[in-house]
Amino acid sequence: MKSITKQKSLEEIQQQLVGLDRVYIIGCGTCTTMTRTGGRDEVLEMKERLQGMDKIVTGWLVTPTACDEMTGAALVHANGAIANASCVVSMSCAMGVQRMAGYLDKPVLPALDTLFIGLESSPGDFHEICAQCGHCLLGYTAGICPVTACHKHLLNGPCGGTDSGRCEVDKDKDCAWTLIYKRLKQQGRLDVMRRYQPVKNSQVVPRPRIMRVD
Amino acid sequence: MAKSFRDVLKSDKFVITSEIGPPKGTNLDSMLHHIDILKDTVDAINVTDHQSSVMRFPSLGGCLYIKEKGAEPIMQMTCRDRNQMALQSDLLFAYARGVRNVLCLTGDSIVVGDHKDAADVFEMDSSQLLRTVRQMEAGRDLGGNELDGGVEFCAGAIVTPEADPLEPQLIKFEKKVEAGAEFIQTQAIYDLENFAKFMEYARQFDVKVLAGIVLLVSARMAKFMTENVPGIFVPQSLIDELAAAPKGQALSKGIEIAGRMIATLKDEGICDGVHIMAIGKEEVVPDILAAAGINGRH
Ligand code: SF4
Ligand code: SF4
Repeated sequence: MKSITKQKSLEEIQQQLVGLDRVYIIGCGTCTTMTRTGGRDEVLEMKERLQGMDKIVTGWLVTPTACDEMTGAALVHANGAIANASCVVSMSCAMGVQRMAGYLDKPVLPALDTLFIGLESSPGDFHEICAQCGHCLLGYTAGICPVTACHKHLLNGPCGGTDSGRCEVDKDKDCAWTLIYKRLKQQGRLDVMRRYQPVKNSQVVPRPRIMRVD
Repeated sequence: MAKSFRDVLKSDKFVITSEIGPPKGTNLDSMLHHIDILKDTVDAINVTDHQSSVMRFPSLGGCLYIKEKGAEPIMQMTCRDRNQMALQSDLLFAYARGVRNVLCLTGDSIVVGDHKDAADVFEMDSSQLLRTVRQMEAGRDLGGNELDGGVEFCAGAIVTPEADPLEPQLIKFEKKVEAGAEFIQTQAIYDLENFAKFMEYARQFDVKVLAGIVLLVSARMAKFMTENVPGIFVPQSLIDELAAAPKGQALSKGIEIAGRMIATLKDEGICDGVHIMAIGKEEVVPDILAAAGINGRH
């Protein structure tokens, strides 16, 4: 499971950096290294780009897992170079950004956009397969998530736009309901698809979603 | 005053519906003109709901004008733009203003339309919306709260008889019937043999089926539809027939084809009626019916 990210445009990074000239860069050794958006190579590239914008890069670091609380210790270790900077540019996902922003008293600016939590189905191929909806329906849908894999998150079968097993929004995407149908049929469980699924509860855990484990 | 659509459905009459698309903006001239053409020709008029996810004047607005002109509107309602609160509230308003027919649709994806960055809702699907209508008729909203003054709708849905694969589409069709659909308007059909097979299956259920007739205006359009529109199959013979029409005669050929199909569906008792979609050429709907040998509503 990975946090899937994409680099922001240089223009947007520059906009965030208005008035902030000394920059410390932090990448992440886990998800953004895997997706090649914020590992060591990308951090070094960013360093050159920022220098090209006449920014002073006071240092850089790739933390093992930016969202982990261990990041606190890594930041303490890099304290001097961070103290020299007016801000931190984060090349982790937004969870890493928030983790660091909680530890530091300077601005932590995201260089990446966090797109979704995904699974690598084959090398370099990341798919969102669970939207953490709060009430799992996989038991009725042959283990394929209708909430995430169907563009319209339909619960009672395909829409009319499905075409030869493809989704109406993109011919390169499978229609989730054709996949669900085929797998249920193979399992001899089409009766499950005939069962009516009521409207989903959108407030299983009202936002902000919090869970306390004692 | 037109007969209620539900009464027409219950009669033995071959039912004829058509549809109009509201304008983008407040210039209603052409919509009102289309209503005038259709109001004495068909049994009920559908009003599309931001068709193809293009933002327009609302379906409910169009329905109110149809009521004003003494005809029967069918309000198309998609689940793309409204959550359960907004959908229910629009049903209350529609009922209070005399709209008695609703076509429950899931709706097209936002990304095919003209507001590609907009949020989509899809909190409900078509079968859930149908059940919502029935629950409100029973006096309670989706929250389980009692309504002070209820609603009553003749509710329908759609089906795509040429879908590939077909079986999941049929399972959904059955769920819609179970949810309380009284009528079904189909996606455009052109192959009457395939459609007759579908009707053999659909006849098992207590629901009226109106075949979707989309007017073909050129061989190019026919070819485009069969190649690009999901769930539409136009046989090569029809494409050839349109291509062979003399220059400037393709539209009248299309009218002839639509008329011929309607006549066959009616004379052979294949289905309960037709839903004619002329897509911008509403003024030729009377010609299509004349070509089918049907004159006027009664
Ligand atoms: S139904 Fe889908 S989104 Fe919801 S918990 Fe299950 S896999 Fe995740
Ligand atoms: S084509 Fe399939 S996956 Fe796409 S929106 Fe329709 S049912 Fe969902």
